[in-house]
Amino acid sequence: MAEMDTSSGGGHKKGPGVKKGKKLSTRVDLTPMVDLGFLLITFFIFTTTMSQPTAMKLFLPKDTEKPEEQNKIKASGALSIMLGRGNGVYYYEGELAPDGSNFKSSNFKDIRQVIINKKKSTNPQDFVVVIKPGPEATYKNTVDMLDEMTINDVKRYAMVDIFQTEIDLMRATEQSGGVK
Amino acid sequence: MPRKSTAVDMTAMCDVAFLLLSFFILTTKFKSPDAVEVVTPNSVSTKPVEAKNVVQVIMDKEGKVFFSVGDESVDEKAQIIDMINEGKSLNLTEQEKAAFTKSGSYVGVPFAMLKSFLQLSPDQLKNYKAPGIPTDTANNELSVWMNAATRAFSGAKMALMVKGDNNAKYPSFKGVIDAFKKNEIFKFSMVTNPEGVPEGTALSQKRATGAKEE
Repeated sequence: MAEMDTSSGGGHKKGPGVKKGKKLSTRVDLTPMVDLGFLLITFFIFTTTMSQPTAMKLFLPKDTEKPEEQNKIKASGALSIMLGRGNGVYYYEGELAPDGSNFKSSNFKDIRQVIINKKKSTNPQDFVVVIKPGPEATYKNTVDMLDEMTINDVKRYAMVDIFQTEIDLMRATEQSGGVK
Repeated sequence: MPRKSTAVDMTAMCDVAFLLLSFFILTTKFKSPDAVEVVTPNSVSTKPVEAKNVVQVIMDKEGKVFFSVGDESVDEKAQIIDMINEGKSLNLTEQEKAAFTKSGSYVGVPFAMLKSFLQLSPDQLKNYKAPGIPTDTANNELSVWMNAATRAFSGAKMALMVKGDNNAKYPSFKGVIDAFKKNEIFKFSMVTNPEGVPEGTALSQKRATGAKEE
C-alpha cells in the first residue's frame, strides 16, 4: 500500500547497461504508523482541557467602627438583594418598610431587569447594590449575583450580612410560595 | 493494459498526523488530580487563574473548608507548617511536616486532628472523610492558617484563591471571608469556569466597544 519514493536521488535513472547487485527495497509500509499517529491524536484531543478556569476578583470592604471611614450610602439609591433557599432572589429598594410592603420576590432571570431599571432611575453617584446572601443561599448563588454586578456594570456593590427581619420575611415568602 | 495500483503514498499523511500529534502533546496540560472534588460556578470573567504563589481555600459541596498551597512554593509550605507547629505546639515530627510539604497535599482537619491526619498514607487519605477546617466565629482556625500563609509569603505576592463548589452554602463562604478579613486580606479571587456574556447587557456593549474593564 504505502510506498516511500526512494528513487529520487538526482532525478536521472541509471542507464540500461548498468547493473548492480540486487538492492533490497527501502520502502516501508507506513499505514500502521499513520494509524498509531491518529490514535494518539484522538487521545490527546480528548484529554486536552481547552477551557482553563478563570479568576473572578473580589474586593472586600474593611470592617470599621469609625464613622469617618465608613462609606455612606443614600438609602434612596440602594437596592438590596437577598438570596434565599432554592435559588430564590428577593429585593427591596431603599429602606425596608416596617410592614415589609416593599419586599418583593424575583428570580435570577428577572433580577437583571430590576437592576437595570434601578440603575437608570437613580443618580449614578447614589446607586449602590447591597447583596445579602441568606444562610440557605449557595455559593453558586453568591457568585452568580456578583457576576450580575459585572454584567450590568454596577460600580458600587457590597456584600453585607443579612438581618434577622429579612430572613424572617424570606422564610414567610418561601413558605407561602411553597419553596422547600 | 495493466491494472493501476491503488496504493497511495502515505508519507504525507503520516507527516500531517505526527505534526498534529506533536501540537496536541505540547498544548495539553493535564488536569492535576484534585484532592477534593469541586464543581466551580461559571462567571463572565476572562482573567486566567494565576499559577504562581498560589494559596487555595477549597470549599466542597458540603461546605467543608480545606487549605492548600501551590506545589511550587515548597519553602513557604515548610515555613507555614513550622509556624503552625510552634504556634499550636503540636509536636509534629519531621516526617509529618514532610507530609504537608509534599506536592498535592492539603489540610482539612482541625488542629487537634492535624497530627494524626498528617500520618495517613496516600491510600488511607483517599478514603478519609476530612471534617474540614473550622471557620465559625468562635473558633476560626482558617484565620490561623491564613496568618501563617501571609507571613510565609511576605515579600512575594500571594495569589489567594477561593475554589468553592456550586452547592456549598453561604455561611461557610462567610466563614472564609471572615478569616481573610481578620488577617487584613481584602483582595482575593474566586476560581470559576468561563461563561458567555448575555446579549444586550452593559458588559456586552462594553466588550464590543473595547472599553477597559476594571
